[in-house]
Amino acid sequence: MKAIGNWSKEILLILMALVFLSPIYIIFINSFKNRRELYENTLAFPEEFGLQYYTAAMERMDFFNAFANSIYVTVVSVIFIVILSSMTAWMLARSDNWVSTVIFMTLIATMLIPFQTIMMPLMQLVTGISRTTGIPLYNTLSGLIFMNIGFHAALSVFLYHGFIKSIPISLEEAATIDGASKFGVFWRVVFPILTPITATVMILNVILIWNDFLLPSLTLIDKELRTIPLSVFYFFGEFTIEWNLAMAGLTLTIIPVVIFYVLAQKYIIKGIGEGAVK
Amino acid sequence: MANRKKVGWYLIFTVPLLLIFTLIVLVPFVIGIYYAFFQWDGIGANPMVFNGLDNFVRLMEDERFLRSAWLTVLFTVLSVITVNAAGLAFALLVTSKLKLANLARTMLFMPYLIGGLILGYIWQFVFLDVFTLIGDVTGLESIFFNWLNNEDFALFALVFVFTWQMAGYVMIVYIAGIQGIPGEVIEAARIDGASGWQRFLRITVPLLMPAFTISLFLTLSYGFKIYDVNLSLTGGGPANATELFAMNIYNEIFGYGNYGYGQAKAIVFFVIIAAITLTQVYITKKKEVEM
Repeated sequence: MKAIGNWSKEILLILMALVFLSPIYIIFINSFKNRRELYENTLAFPEEFGLQYYTAAMERMDFFNAFANSIYVTVVSVIFIVILSSMTAWMLARSDNWVSTVIFMTLIATMLIPFQTIMMPLMQLVTGISRTTGIPLYNTLSGLIFMNIGFHAALSVFLYHGFIKSIPISLEEAATIDGASKFGVFWRVVFPILTPITATVMILNVILIWNDFLLPSLTLIDKELRTIPLSVFYFFGEFTIEWNLAMAGLTLTIIPVVIFYVLAQKYIIKGIGEGAVK
Repeated sequence: MANRKKVGWYLIFTVPLLLIFTLIVLVPFVIGIYYAFFQWDGIGANPMVFNGLDNFVRLMEDERFLRSAWLTVLFTVLSVITVNAAGLAFALLVTSKLKLANLARTMLFMPYLIGGLILGYIWQFVFLDVFTLIGDVTGLESIFFNWLNNEDFALFALVFVFTWQMAGYVMIVYIAGIQGIPGEVIEAARIDGASGWQRFLRITVPLLMPAFTISLFLTLSYGFKIYDVNLSLTGGGPANATELFAMNIYNEIFGYGNYGYGQAKAIVFFVIIAAITLTQVYITKKKEVEM
C-alpha cells in the first residue's frame, strides 16, 4: 500500500515538472508544422519532422555567425574576468589596510547600481573615446568584452574575496620563504586552490553574458556583430511573425543552452546556489 | 625597498581590473548624476542647458512615469510573493525522499538558463495560441484568453512568466537552506508530537530565514529591474499598461531623446532600488534566528 503511494507521488512530481516545461515542448513541436497545421491545433503532433523551417530560420537569423559571436564574447570575457578578478581579490584579501577596504567596499556598493542608471552616460563615454582617440570601444566585439569585464568585476571579486578569506595563509607564506615571487605564489600555489570558486564565477558569468541583451543592443550596431539574443530580437522585429519559422529560431537558440546544461548540470546548480548564498 | 616592491606588486595585481571597472562603472555613474541636472537631447552639437532641479520636479508630475512606477511596484510585490511561494514549494518537493527528485530539480531550474528575452517570445506564443485554444476547448474563456491583449491582465502575464523564469532559481537557494537544517531537530519535534504543519511553521520556516533574506533580496531587485521579459513579452503594451520602470527610462532616453530628463529618472531609479534592497536586507537580517 505504501509502495503504491510512493509511486503515485513520483509520477505526480514528474508530471508537474513536465507541465512546467510544456511551453518548451510546444515551441518544439510547432517548429515542424506548416501554416495550416499550426492554426488547426497547436498542441497536436506534427505530420512530419522536416527541417525546412530550421534552415530558413538559420538563414534569416544568420545563426552560425551570431552563435560564433556569442561564443567569442562569452569565452573571452569570462577568461579575462577570472584572471583579473582573482588577482585583484587575492591582493585585496591579503593586504590588511584601509586602501583595500575602501576599494572592496566601493566594489560591493556598486552592485546596487542598475544598468539603466549608467547606460546613457556609458554610451556617451564610449562613443566619445572611440571618436577622439580611435580606440575601438564602440560597435566592436572587443569593446563589448571590455565593458563586460567592468560590469562583472564587482560580483566576481566579491566571490573570490570571500573564498580566499576562508583558506589558510600558511601555504602562501611557505612559498614566499622559498623565494617565489608574488606572481609565482599566486599562479602556482593560490590559483589552483581557488578552483571550486573559479567554477562558480565562470558559471555565473557565462549565464549572465550569454543571455545579456541590453548592453550588446546599445553597443553593437553592425548586423554581422550580433550575438544570439540580438539576432532573436531583430528576427522578431523585422518580419511580421511567421510563427513556425519563429519557433524553429527559438528552438535553435535553446539547443546550445540545453547542451551546456546537460554537460555542466552539477556545477551549474552548485554554482548558482553558492553565488546566491554568498 | 621591500615596501616599494610590495606596492609594485599590489598595483600590478589590482590596477588592470580597477581601471576597467572605474572607466565602465564609476565614471559613467558620476557623469550620469551630472547629466541629470541638464536639459539635453543627446546630440553633441546641441547645447546642454543647466536647469537645476527642474527634471526632478517634472518627474513628480509626469503621469506616465508615475503610472509606470505604480505598475512596477505592483509587479514586484506580486512577483515576490509568487516566485517565493513557488520556489519554496518546489524546494520542499525536491528535497523529499522521492527517487525522481533530482530529475525534477533539474527540469524546474531549466527556464532560468534560457534568458528573459527568449522566454518572453516563447510565452507570447503560448498566450496567443495555446491559451485561446484551451479556452475554446474547455469553455473557460474568462480565464484562458490572450492575456497580452488585455490592459488589466497583461501585467499578470508578466508576473506569470517572471515566476516561471525565477521559481527554479530561488528553489536552489531554498534547497541549500533546507539541507542545512539538521535532521535531529525535526525528528525531536516529531517525537514531541508536532504535526507536519507545525514542524514546517515552527521549525523549518524560522530556520529558513537566511534563505528568505537572500531570495527576497534577489526577487526584489530582479523584479524591480525587469526589462528583457518586459520587452519581448508585451513590449510595454497594450497602451503602455505594462511599461515598467526600466523600459520607461529606456524609452525616455533613447526613444524620445530626452537625455537629461531620462537620466534624472535613472538616478531616481537607482535611489529607490538602493533604499528598498538595503531596508529589506536590514529587516530580514534582524529576524534571522541563531542556531
